[in-house]
Amino acid sequence: MSQRLRLLYAVDGPIRYASHLDQMRIWERAVRRAGLPLVYSAGFTPHPQIHVAAALPVGVAGRAEWLDLWLEQPVDPTVARAALSPQLPAGLTIRDAFPADPAEPALPAQVRAAEYHVSVETTEPVAEVRRRVESLLAAESLPRQRRGRSYDLRPLLQRLWVEGEGEGTVRLGMVLSAREGATGRPDEVLDALGLAGGFFQIERRALRLAAEGR
Amino acid sequence: MIIPFEQLQRLLLRVERPGRYVGGEVNAVRKPWDITPTRVCLAFPDVYDLGMSNLGLMVLYDILNRLDGVLAERTYAPWPDMAAALRGSGLPLYSLETYRPLAEFDIIGFSLPYETLYTNLLEMLDLAGLPLLSADRKSHHPLVIAGGHATFNPEPVADFVDAFVIGEGEEVIVEIVRAFERVRDQSREAQLLALAQVPGVYVPRFYDVTYHADGTVAEVTPNRPGLPFPIRRRIVTRLPPPPTRLLVPNIAITHDRGTVEIQRGCTRGCRFCHAGFVTRPLRERPLEEVLVAVDDILAATGYEEVALLSLSSADYSQIGPLVERLMERYGERRLSVSLPSLRLESFSVGLADAVSRGRRTGFTFAPEAGTERLRAVINKAIPAGQLLEVVGEVFRRGWRTVKLYFMIGLPGEEPEDVRAIADLVQAVRAEGRRAHGRQAQVNVTVSTFIPKPHTPFQWAALISPEEMRSRQRLLRESLRGGGVKLSWSDARLTQLEAALSRGDRRLGAAIHRAWTLGARFDSWDEQFDEEAWAAAIAPTIAFYAHRERAREERFPWDHINTGVHRSYLWQQWEMSRQGHAQPDCRTGCTGCGILAEFGAQQNEEWVCPAPSKEHG
Repeated sequence: MSQRLRLLYAVDGPIRYASHLDQMRIWERAVRRAGLPLVYSAGFTPHPQIHVAAALPVGVAGRAEWLDLWLEQPVDPTVARAALSPQLPAGLTIRDAFPADPAEPALPAQVRAAEYHVSVETTEPVAEVRRRVESLLAAESLPRQRRGRSYDLRPLLQRLWVEGEGEGTVRLGMVLSAREGATGRPDEVLDALGLAGGFFQIERRALRLAAEGR
Repeated sequence: MIIPFEQLQRLLLRVERPGRYVGGEVNAVRKPWDITPTRVCLAFPDVYDLGMSNLGLMVLYDILNRLDGVLAERTYAPWPDMAAALRGSGLPLYSLETYRPLAEFDIIGFSLPYETLYTNLLEMLDLAGLPLLSADRKSHHPLVIAGGHATFNPEPVADFVDAFVIGEGEEVIVEIVRAFERVRDQSREAQLLALAQVPGVYVPRFYDVTYHADGTVAEVTPNRPGLPFPIRRRIVTRLPPPPTRLLVPNIAITHDRGTVEIQRGCTRGCRFCHAGFVTRPLRERPLEEVLVAVDDILAATGYEEVALLSLSSADYSQIGPLVERLMERYGERRLSVSLPSLRLESFSVGLADAVSRGRRTGFTFAPEAGTERLRAVINKAIPAGQLLEVVGEVFRRGWRTVKLYFMIGLPGEEPEDVRAIADLVQAVRAEGRRAHGRQAQVNVTVSTFIPKPHTPFQWAALISPEEMRSRQRLLRESLRGGGVKLSWSDARLTQLEAALSRGDRRLGAAIHRAWTLGARFDSWDEQFDEEAWAAAIAPTIAFYAHRERAREERFPWDHINTGVHRSYLWQQWEMSRQGHAQPDCRTGCTGCGILAEFGAQQNEEWVCPAPSKEHG
């Protein structure tokens, strides 16, 4: 009897410079060091059954990320968390662990949107940033190019607001669509606001899953 | 001073693969700085992805961090984008454990496994804000030491390095650190004199070099009383326990797996092989120790693959039982085992089959030369019939890709030897097609032979770039058609490596010039700066690279004693020119000098037969 164990975790510090694929390998090795009975796919190159809800872009911190681990036998979530936590590299922290219904769709298929908070250095007055935010939200379409492909950013932008300001910095909040094939990137929004030239730090605060609605 | 992470972050989003510059690896050691008096930074002058794959650095990191009062951190060469970002923001090169500037350490220990890292050594010293020349550094600067296979000829970088470690580092690194602790408050001269007394340590400033009018070395003489001369290589008489708490990178690296060294040294005596001559004698790690190490590595790292490191895997006397026990124990737990350097023999195919568990990626062999005659010249005998028979077996057992390594430009090579490479490759392709039709693939890598110091070929000349290109062309033309992929080494890069390998102390100025003109990461094709190197080295290339040496010529590295005698190397060079092979020394001692130099320390882990009377 296998078990689907769901983890809520945070990504910060050096580990955020590891790519999505790197982070998958980090989890796999941590699970092996912890001695948890991970399920592998069959075949010559068996894949560990670890499913991360949504890839985190390189450099972005995550406060509430989700993943599912498939284990060969049920392990008490408290025990699994206690075994796994000391095996994680600095910057990865498990915040919660519980069994998930094996019949649920895979996590990536459940993700609908992501909320980001961005702190960006700029010389623009905050009133000007607010004006740009409003004009972005008022636009019917925001045609953009990324890696040689054209797309429209506007339908991916669900919410955008100015959260506050500091010395030479503005803090923004945004909710972006995060469905397979329709994922908004916070750095693209910054660029559309004319703010991508300044140093910025991005944190993903939450992932919205289908079950929670919009 | 610690560089604040916030400050680094400003650079990281502007560079490729920022994970190279942030550390945070599992099993990294962070000792408390303020209460640890002796601080060493181990530096690998190539990019993180390669440096993290290097076992030598990991061994020293483990040993130093076990010592009381000593800490070791690490740094790697920043890729040019990060080097520019550091310079642009006025930040110095720092260690990955605690983000400390290199200048705050007591000792910086560079690993120099190959010669094409020399400009990166300069780049890292410069990024650290240190004077490049040893003569310009004072006692408050870190001591810059270097070791690794390239340093068996230390002379080309003698201007930049304060002290070299000649040979195996496991014991001498501890002696160096303890010697330094006794003189840490003294002048640089006194510090270096203390280091020069440690056996196996070479401090170039205490040795003067004079030259003949023709440019060759006249004499190397110590300029202080009581210095060792020659400087004898350090060896460990038994392989120390292997490190098992291996660093696990957070980003993908070149060799992302655990490694256990199962033996050191080689008895085969291939005459072109630098490692084969500078790592004698052959010492085996006991089987049980390897098995325990694999257990510990898997528990400490979570790796899914372990490489059993040696110069010739199948020569490990317990290789059969080792593979069998590993498969028994881990076969079900999805461990892959890799066996580098398999010889072209049926036994090796069986081994590879046993560890492959049905997976059939490429199978690699290195026949090196195309004819039996030339293989006798280089002393890597493989009967031609056996070669095809073994390759056929590889294909029949299910492998579809065979990789073959050859060299051109070997001493005594004739055009028919080059054509024979093409014939052999075609015969291998035919074997492949018999088993797999058009799906069979032969990947052929042809490098140009580079004569290395301390080998029987140290007297030989590198062939000219015109010859390299014409022999490469000959191969290209003879290997048209599908199923064969041919790659070869760049002629300019080959010339450079050849000059640096057998260079003398005067080459330091050329390295400095090339670096000033922008040369970095010389072993990376896309980074290699042909113009910078041409300006720095062109007039001397013929002298250093393309010249056959006379029997009596004094070499720039003759004061470095590896334990293998120069007279033995000359004898091998003569035998080579007469086309005579030398049997594996396990069948009888050939008197290379190792037992004469180190025989008193011999133990049962050495694979050296009892010396005959003649060679005792």
